[in-house]
Amino acid sequence: MINQKAKLVPDLFDKSKLEMIPTRNGYGKGLVQAGEKDERVVVLCADLAESTRSHWFREKFPERYIEMGVAEQNMATIAAGMANYGKIPFISSYAAFSPGRNNEQIRTTISLNNLPVKIGGAHAGISVGPDGATHQALEDIALMRVQPRMTVFVPCDAIESQKATVAAARLPGPVYIRFAREKTPVFTTEKTPFKVGRAEIFKTGDDVTILSCGPLVYEALLAAKNLEKEKVSVEVINNHTIKPQDEKTIVNSVKKTKALVTVEEHQVMGGMGSAVIEMLAKKYPIPVEMIGVEDRFGESGKPDELLEKFGLTHPHIMRAVKKVLKRKKD
Amino acid sequence: MNIHDKKVKKLEELANKIRQDIISMLLEAGSGHTAGPLGMADIFTALYFHVLHHDPKNPLWEDRDRLILSNGHICPVRYVTMAHAGYFPLKELKTLRKLGTRLQGHPEREKLPGVETTSGPLGSGLGQSAGIAYAAMMDKKKFRVYCIMSDGEQQAGNTWEAAMFTADNKLNNLTAILDRNNIQINGMTEDVMPLEPIREKYEAFNWHVIEINGHNIEEFVDAVEEAKAIYEKPTIIIAHTIPGKGVPEIEFDYQWHGKPPKLDEAKRFLDQLRTIGGKIKSEHQ
Ligand SMILES: Cc1ncc(C[n+]2csc(CCOP(=O)(O)OP(=O)(O)O)c2C)c(N)n1
Ligand SMILES: [Mg+2]
Repeated sequence: MINQKAKLVPDLFDKSKLEMIPTRNGYGKGLVQAGEKDERVVVLCADLAESTRSHWFREKFPERYIEMGVAEQNMATIAAGMANYGKIPFISSYAAFSPGRNNEQIRTTISLNNLPVKIGGAHAGISVGPDGATHQALEDIALMRVQPRMTVFVPCDAIESQKATVAAARLPGPVYIRFAREKTPVFTTEKTPFKVGRAEIFKTGDDVTILSCGPLVYEALLAAKNLEKEKVSVEVINNHTIKPQDEKTIVNSVKKTKALVTVEEHQVMGGMGSAVIEMLAKKYPIPVEMIGVEDRFGESGKPDELLEKFGLTHPHIMRAVKKVLKRKKD
Repeated sequence: MNIHDKKVKKLEELANKIRQDIISMLLEAGSGHTAGPLGMADIFTALYFHVLHHDPKNPLWEDRDRLILSNGHICPVRYVTMAHAGYFPLKELKTLRKLGTRLQGHPEREKLPGVETTSGPLGSGLGQSAGIAYAAMMDKKKFRVYCIMSDGEQQAGNTWEAAMFTADNKLNNLTAILDRNNIQINGMTEDVMPLEPIREKYEAFNWHVIEINGHNIEEFVDAVEEAKAIYEKPTIIIAHTIPGKGVPEIEFDYQWHGKPPKLDEAKRFLDQLRTIGGKIKSEHQ
């Protein structure tokens, strides 16, 4: 059953009624909102103003927008300097380059310095499409979640992106937020709860838990709905904060279902699912199946073709659910 | 190896055909970059059809000159020129950016023999070129390394780390070619993050600098020859180019950095290119 407290859109499974908006738009809107609330907020961008939607902030607050040129490493250190002084900088680029290229600068000058720099990584995942492997960040969650002090958000739709961006501005430390390029369903609402470090149960169920993050949460819901017809009761949790992890919600759910499938548009190695099973291996070991990219690079293609080819769509999730249920019985 | 007028005219005509194929290819792909590839068509034609020692039928020939494309997003011009040179069938150009293609949106070394390096993320080409040039010198190899870079990439620190290394090691077997088209994504380079004086920057880094009109094949070929004769330094050819060259309505416009033409636009662009093509021919006659 859909969790009524999650306040998802009423016509959740009616594709004709769902708005399609890329999560990066939520970042752009969130930047403006955060900028209105707090004048310490500044936005730095490395020659990708429109792609990252940072241009909306530039239009509204030109004096607080800083153009970096193609220089992601410098962008991280300039932001660290500004935060050292007392500003709240957001740095915008593609995830492949920030945090892909400037990882060490983020580690030392931002995280080790413990400064409130917020890293916005756009065009993450293979759904970037035709640009190909070089631009499809599949390692960014892994990179960021292993840095002490870093908060990591992977919002599931444009509305949640905006909330995560605004929340990031208020957090005292460094934050990484991951965005996608493609338009994806907007299925949460303004009223959907968003709390840093709290996973949200979008659908309740008893047989198996699906934990997902990013736009694939919608695919997880589709899988759950289809499995209902086969009398499989699936709990779907939107695990938007990879770090700090909501151990309580996750452990409580798997104590009930005793089987887990994790779903993300990222390398299986080191990503959201990895973070969860590192914890569960100690707290409550159960059979797990993981959906994600299996230790390979992306490639050119249409976003939907690639999601299908890389096994990230709901039929693949359904198969993983059946597999884990079988293992649970054995 | 000087280049005579007749060959220049032939290469100009070919460059025009390559521009047309770039437009058709981008239209078919539905995404990709237009301005940079059109701007570099003359230089790519001159490289593949006059300058480079290479063998399209044996792309991994160990003594081939290495052409490293650092700004991978302009790969359409490389793909089209390679196809014309015989590396692969022209009809494969239709597969650009599609699932399963060897012509990835940004070039990949393993997918298409002859592209030498995987690129797209900016600022990494000069370092790789210097690495190849350094290793080749260790083994007393005679081939040359050419590295094409964009001006946007001159904002990346790695470019200058590599520039320092190249000069320090006097890698005179390396020639860099800078596509100085003055545009990047957010606008004109001098508005986004000024590069000037770029010539003096490279000179201060101990490079030999030659400036040319990047649409004048003769000037380019002369510059390449001059570079071979400079022993004590690496050479950079600053090629002043026009983004979108050949299609007057998009020339100099940074907004054409990263989008493909739509159907009606492509038709117009092709007409404009064919008209210029006609002019080249009639001048020749
Ligand atoms: C490290 C890195 N940062 C950002 C980008 C995104 N990007 C692609 S092209 C480009 C503009 C660079 O300007 P230039 O190469 O001069 O473009 P052109 O002249 O071909 O339009 C940017 C920022 C990238 N490819 N790599
Ligand atoms: Mg340029």
